[in-house]
Amino acid sequence: MSNVLQIAWLIPILPLIGFIINGAGRNVLSKGISGFIGSAVVFASFLLSIYVFIQVKNGNTHVAHYFNFINVDSLKIGFDFKLDQLSSLFLLIITGVGFLIHVYSTSYMHEESSKDFAKYFSYLNLFVFSMLLLVMGANYVIMFIGWEGVGLCSYLLIGYWFKNNDYTDAAKKAFIMNRIGDLGFLLAVFWLIAKVGTVSFDEVFSAASLAKLSTTDITGITLLLFVGATGKSAQIPLYTWLPDAMAGPTPVSALIHAATMVTAGIYMIARSNILYTMAPVTQCVVAIVGLATAVLAATIALKQNDIKKVLAYSTVSQLGYMFLGLGVGAYTGAVFHVMTHAFFKALLFLGAGSVIHAMGGEQDMRNMGGLKKYMNTTHLTFLLGCLAIAGMPPFSGFFSKDEILAAAYANNPVLWGIGVITAMMTAFYMFRLYAMTFTGKFRGTHEQEHHLHESPAAITIPLIILALLAVFGGLVGIPEVFMHGGHKLEAFLEPVFAQSNAITIKHELSHSTEYMLMTVSVAGALIALLYAWNKFSKYEKTETASSGFAKLLENKWYVDEIYNAIIVQPLKSLSAFFNEVVEKKGIDGLVNGTGKAVNYGSRQLRWLQSGQVGAYVLLMVLGILVLFIIQLFL
Amino acid sequence: MDIKAYIVLSLTLFTIGIIGVLVRRNAIIIFMCVELMLNAVNLLLVAFSKMHAASAVAKASPTFAADAQIFVFFIMVVAAAEVSVGLAIIVMLYRNTHSVDVNFLNRLKN
Amino acid sequence: MGSYITFPELLIWLPLLAGILCFFTKREQSAKSMALIFSLIILGISAASLFYTGTKYATWNSVNYFYPNNIGNTFFVGLDGTGRLLSFLTALAFPIIFIAGYKTSYKSASSFYGLMLLTQSGLMGVFCSMDALLFYFFWELALIPVYFLCSKWGGEKRIQATFKFFVYTFTGSLLMLIGIIYVYLHTSGRIFEDGTQVAHSFALNSFYNASLTASEQNWLFWLFFIAFAVKMPVFPFHTWQPDTYDQSPTSVTMVLSGIMVKMGLFGVMRWLIPLFPLATVKFSHVVMVLSIIGIIYASCIAIVQDNIKKLVAYSSIAHIGLMCAAIFAMNQVSVQGVMLQMFNHGINIIGLWIVIDLLEKQTGVKQISKLAGVANKAPVLTIMFVIIALANIALPLTNAFAGEFLMFSGLYKFNIWYAAVAGIGIILAAVYTLNMIQKVFYGNTNTVVDAVKDISWNEKFILALIVCLIFIIGIYPQPVIDLTKEAVTVLVGKIK
Repeated sequence: MSNVLQIAWLIPILPLIGFIINGAGRNVLSKGISGFIGSAVVFASFLLSIYVFIQVKNGNTHVAHYFNFINVDSLKIGFDFKLDQLSSLFLLIITGVGFLIHVYSTSYMHEESSKDFAKYFSYLNLFVFSMLLLVMGANYVIMFIGWEGVGLCSYLLIGYWFKNNDYTDAAKKAFIMNRIGDLGFLLAVFWLIAKVGTVSFDEVFSAASLAKLSTTDITGITLLLFVGATGKSAQIPLYTWLPDAMAGPTPVSALIHAATMVTAGIYMIARSNILYTMAPVTQCVVAIVGLATAVLAATIALKQNDIKKVLAYSTVSQLGYMFLGLGVGAYTGAVFHVMTHAFFKALLFLGAGSVIHAMGGEQDMRNMGGLKKYMNTTHLTFLLGCLAIAGMPPFSGFFSKDEILAAAYANNPVLWGIGVITAMMTAFYMFRLYAMTFTGKFRGTHEQEHHLHESPAAITIPLIILALLAVFGGLVGIPEVFMHGGHKLEAFLEPVFAQSNAITIKHELSHSTEYMLMTVSVAGALIALLYAWNKFSKYEKTETASSGFAKLLENKWYVDEIYNAIIVQPLKSLSAFFNEVVEKKGIDGLVNGTGKAVNYGSRQLRWLQSGQVGAYVLLMVLGILVLFIIQLFL
Repeated sequence: MDIKAYIVLSLTLFTIGIIGVLVRRNAIIIFMCVELMLNAVNLLLVAFSKMHAASAVAKASPTFAADAQIFVFFIMVVAAAEVSVGLAIIVMLYRNTHSVDVNFLNRLKN
Repeated sequence: MGSYITFPELLIWLPLLAGILCFFTKREQSAKSMALIFSLIILGISAASLFYTGTKYATWNSVNYFYPNNIGNTFFVGLDGTGRLLSFLTALAFPIIFIAGYKTSYKSASSFYGLMLLTQSGLMGVFCSMDALLFYFFWELALIPVYFLCSKWGGEKRIQATFKFFVYTFTGSLLMLIGIIYVYLHTSGRIFEDGTQVAHSFALNSFYNASLTASEQNWLFWLFFIAFAVKMPVFPFHTWQPDTYDQSPTSVTMVLSGIMVKMGLFGVMRWLIPLFPLATVKFSHVVMVLSIIGIIYASCIAIVQDNIKKLVAYSSIAHIGLMCAAIFAMNQVSVQGVMLQMFNHGINIIGLWIVIDLLEKQTGVKQISKLAGVANKAPVLTIMFVIIALANIALPLTNAFAGEFLMFSGLYKFNIWYAAVAGIGIILAAVYTLNMIQKVFYGNTNTVVDAVKDISWNEKFILALIVCLIFIIGIYPQPVIDLTKEAVTVLVGKIK
């Protein structure tokens, strides 16, 4: 009897159908219809995902095989979906948060023409489709299909307002940086094929396959996969596209660049956890890169004034946290943080979108302030989101962040220390953002002030739902110290990480240590929070240009400029050199030179044909003489 | 008489012929120089024929000694025929161009 | 050997006949229609040939005419997996090209279409011939009409460009001819059915079994390789290509880039590698390094190209470089990838040319810097182009992904660093493709682009067809893989 989960193909297909309907009918569909279709298909997928989740929870995991994608020699790649604890959890996040953002978009994008509106929803549906492929794929190739697919959708949606050159630049940058990562991913897949001959998760992670891989192989493969993850999940050195990606519509930033796509790297590593557990070197690299990104992005976020940029850097920073979790072996913690982060960061982005909407497109926080009065729902939900991301108990961020930090402490207290400092910075810049936006007095123009209003229900209802999730979402992972068996998520995901757990030695922290760690991090965050609130609630616009370190931070450590100088410009010069010198002067010069030489030589030889009989005779005589000489003397 | 003297004379005549052909422009003189070269060769042929007449090979074959001299007659006949053609060409040239300067006749070039 | 008509014969004679008929038609319209109808018939035949594959139908797929008192050559044509795939590509490409250019009017159209069909005949012959002399004959038959097509109907600098093209390819061909004759002289004799006995033979199998020492193979390899390398083209034999693509009429450019470059790849697979297995093993690194240099080099140049046609030309050089490298990796996976990719590349690049041709005709410019915001004026065109361009850079679920995936996978098996360096080409491909899309299609329109209209029925139909093919093969590439599986196994077996 075929498994009931065989039906799972419907989950990605539904958004695809939405994409096709909206894409093909963009000229005829009204805004209401295309918005409805776009949201409805995702909602249907969400319902199916719940079904799958329940099935999986009851212990019915399944690999559904549909058809052979590529079948050459001994290499067999099937179009297979893997439905287990990890993928079903991600399915819920993607379709659930995705649905809310679709609903939100129907209102947020309402000013677009009906054609562009339909286009927007078709892209959004395509994104959901790709993302679902990514998490459902039962082998690295299907995962890669989704992996590049989400990159494409991200490209299309960042460049949604394609008339603006800056936006399309940002889109291009995102795609290319993702592609750099994708190359790493691909090479890892090829490495696997060369060594193990298969890409299917189940087969690769089987003991027989793992035995075929030497330590070098595993380290190499995991490092290359991690390169892929740095591209998709915006880690050092490939993170700079994410802040620029804020050029897209705000719901897109919420869906793609906060809640789902950027967590693909974490998903992939969590999926390949056994490989990473077997490669301590890579784990160390992952942890360090994750932490470094977390710190770097947090410092940049301290001085940004664009509301979306702050959130973007905060996303990069939080993603760094997740990688730290993966690096120290806290896979559950990382996945947990993905989940809670999806809730609160989507909430914050959507809240920011609501603010931007009310401000008539204004994104500079220096021109906001005092919005508390005008937009109550947005303000409250936003505050809850800020508390969640700052790691205040008992909001969701507290539990997931705490789990990662505890694991980091068990691994190396230095990691923990830096992590706590980052958490403090997080609290600081989030409440700086909150204070500058919602408290104090309004600093914008009169026109804007007149225009201020609370957003409609299609915007506020998703905000409220997400706020509830951001507040209570952490309760699925209550640490052991508080409640025995409280960490439901860990129990649920246990089968996925069983292989890794079997070979790692657990550093059990004593309860008192855990309490101490929590107290320190919460206290630190609270201090930073109050300090920021105090400092920025009475913020006044000043024109003084910052200097020194502040300037360095404002300019994002000049990383973009450095990349431009050491990669983009040399590449351009090299290309110009190839084009101008090697191609035109070198190879073509050689070819044309050969032609010219023949031409020139012929023209010179022509002088011999003078038409003078005497000259001919002279040549003849000389010829005879030469023959004589050759005959007689040589 | 030593064969060397004949060879030297013949070579001298031949060289005079070549130089004449190369340096003179008058077609008739060039023509005469060509004849001179031809006859230098003839002279050499006769001289060698005479030299070899006493050899054992020549004695074995009754006609051998005369072979070279017959060749010379052939050449003279051919030369005479050639002269008539050549002179005719020169006459025609002269009629057309009123000149026998060979440098003037460089139409091949164009 | 039978008296009935076989597939390869039909594929060769029909276009030849149609081409000759076209020459004698008076009116432009009738020449056009006739060319289109014939090409569609040929497509039908070729499509039918895909279904009659197995040994059961051997007599349908191969024929061998023998002329008494000859020098060991026969008219021996047959279809194997590779030939079937490429002849189908040829048969598919021509109707597409004719429909896409249906609204273009050429002066002395009858000769234009006549020559196009002659080219098709030559191409079919190349992909079907099983006899070296015949192969050489068709190789030239495909080449010469193209020379006339370019020099008569091309752009401003057409004479210069075609001259370069001709000299390049002809030099290569002559070197190959020398090679063919040399190998011929080292083949064993053959006795025909009627008792005629010849000392040497041009048949493919005799060539495969020719007694050549390793050192002979070494230099013969280069004679053949240069001919094929020019055609593909592989760095550094490529400089004819951008100029020719730029100057040829677009229909001819489509033939050149979509099919003719495959002649080179096909030649390598059918002749070069099986003939000189020892030399292939010896020189595979040299060839691969050249190919990989070509990938990076051509991609870099594409980044700074302002001429959109040359950009596509350089991108094609990069893609072909990858295919060439993958062939010489000589394992089942990589060669299978090449097979798949040959077909895909043909389709994709024809699609690209159709769009570029439309743009050039409507705006009169081909400089990227002068175009902007086409998406505002022609959304359908833009969508089609973006899909095809993304297929060209091998985005998953488009056709080129499966091909490139297999090629890279095989390349990786052969040598890790080659795959890694060639992989940089993927990134560079994204750079130049997205640059071009951004500059040409995005942004606000300028005065040049104001004249652009969205596409009409014939272009819409053709582009939709291409896009459908892109997705069908992208999602389910297995049929194409199965078609050539056997041929690939045989080829890879030659080297071991």
